[in-house]
Amino acid sequence: MSVSFLISQAKGVQKVIDENSAEIEVLDQKIGDGDHIFNIQRGLKLVVELEDSIKDLPLAKALNMIAMKVLSGIGGSSGALFGTFFMTMAKSPDLDKDVDFNKACEMIISGIKAMKERGKADVGEKTMMDVLIPVSEKLNELKNESEFKSGLNEVIKIAEERMLSTKDMLATKGRASFLGERAKGHIDPGARSSQLIIDTICKSVINN
Amino acid sequence: MKKFINNNDDFLKESLTGFGKAHSDIINVNLDPSFVSRKNKTKDGKVSLISGGGSGHEPMHGGFVGHGMLDAACPGFVFSAPTPDQMQAAAEHVDSGAGVLFIVKNYSGDIMNFQMGAEMYSGKNDSIVTNDDVAVEDSTFTTGRRGVAATVLVEKIVGSLAEHGGSLEECKKLGEKVNKNAGTMGVAFTSCTVPAAGKPTFDIGDDEMEFGVGIHGEPGRKREKIQPSKTIVGNILEAILDNLKPEKNEKNLLFVNGMGGTPLTELYLVYEDACQILQTKGVQVTKSLVGNYCTSLEMQGASITLLKCDDEILKHWDSPVHTAAMRWGM
Repeated sequence: MSVSFLISQAKGVQKVIDENSAEIEVLDQKIGDGDHIFNIQRGLKLVVELEDSIKDLPLAKALNMIAMKVLSGIGGSSGALFGTFFMTMAKSPDLDKDVDFNKACEMIISGIKAMKERGKADVGEKTMMDVLIPVSEKLNELKNESEFKSGLNEVIKIAEERMLSTKDMLATKGRASFLGERAKGHIDPGARSSQLIIDTICKSVINN
Repeated sequence: MKKFINNNDDFLKESLTGFGKAHSDIINVNLDPSFVSRKNKTKDGKVSLISGGGSGHEPMHGGFVGHGMLDAACPGFVFSAPTPDQMQAAAEHVDSGAGVLFIVKNYSGDIMNFQMGAEMYSGKNDSIVTNDDVAVEDSTFTTGRRGVAATVLVEKIVGSLAEHGGSLEECKKLGEKVNKNAGTMGVAFTSCTVPAAGKPTFDIGDDEMEFGVGIHGEPGRKREKIQPSKTIVGNILEAILDNLKPEKNEKNLLFVNGMGGTPLTELYLVYEDACQILQTKGVQVTKSLVGNYCTSLEMQGASITLLKCDDEILKHWDSPVHTAAMRWGM
């Protein structure tokens, strides 16, 4: 993981999220309040716009600037959760040089753990954590493997399965939790956007 | 979408700037990070009250900044929680040393962002969470009930106690009591339209209403055919009374709140229906509030809040207040 990797991933994710924005917006209007896609799009735009100010910075500083931008520029649940994610990644020790796969996995795992604590949500509650927690568990298995690229295909699969599994869940956290039975039958918009982010990044790593 | 708008990116900034100019005798608007604060500095020893939340509910919360109510308000984007740096900056700006009480509506995004703001603020602070909406279940397995119109009452009543020298602990205690004593439920006839979305949040037939709607257009208990006002008001009150169970000799405040697109003529009609129904049920109404205070953009609809009042609540309700949206006694 390097600063240029972060920038190129942000651009890739931005493209995919924009292509799927209508679907996420509709999901959120069904069971939320319709702000999720705009928050995600605004956050990605802000991060992509940081390129010139972070491209020559050490990784820790760049992650910290991304964290502050996400935290202060997005709002809503997404801003707090993704801000927490990047802030935790930035606090990892020994970030003075670029990090290898194993270390990147550890950083992502600790970031997702901090999100779980911040949102007080676990698997099965119809939120983005339904995708992120199983992905983090899989990364924990993969992190020491030298042939990790095939493992990333499994990450992609897990993310998709878990995203789809939110469809029949009752929500117990987040905005959809106020709906009770009426939230059933709709995929959680946060789970969908998280799955798209993971899908995009994993495919990019596999292909490079 | 038909709105007064130039471009979506500047929507909130332009509106806040106008708000600041229109009420420059009472408040200041700070941009980047954005917060509304009182024109006059908080007096030494007075607890500061700070609220906030997504925009689109005006006059809540910026319209309640001023003497006898809030010290600052942090507006987020439309229907999105504000960010922690806003709460931190507002707290640093208004705290006179007696501490800060954050008043937060019960939504995941608001809770998380206010928590982070409170962690980032080094001064003494505490929080209360409002959750007065009886339309949705209150269960340990969910996020709980939504915070809606009674937040206005909490801000007014606790604001008065803070003005009268109440400590941070006393303010928190009174706020929790008002929240616990209040129940709200709303009905929508039409959807709201989030400017960034450009189209209505939900589809609803010309002859339909959403019973128990949330202030972001979230679905409520059920979708029904529209009925005469007396029937709608009766059903809302039944849900609230089931929940609050006021005693026969207890005094109550009746608050009819417009969602933004319903004229005052209709809101007063709702108030009249509610008074009649409560009278037949032996529920005393001694205080009133009618108007658009906790809105949902241009949504047509209304919510009814009942607040059980003891002497402490009544005293702080009646005390002077001077804000952009609420003013009496001074």
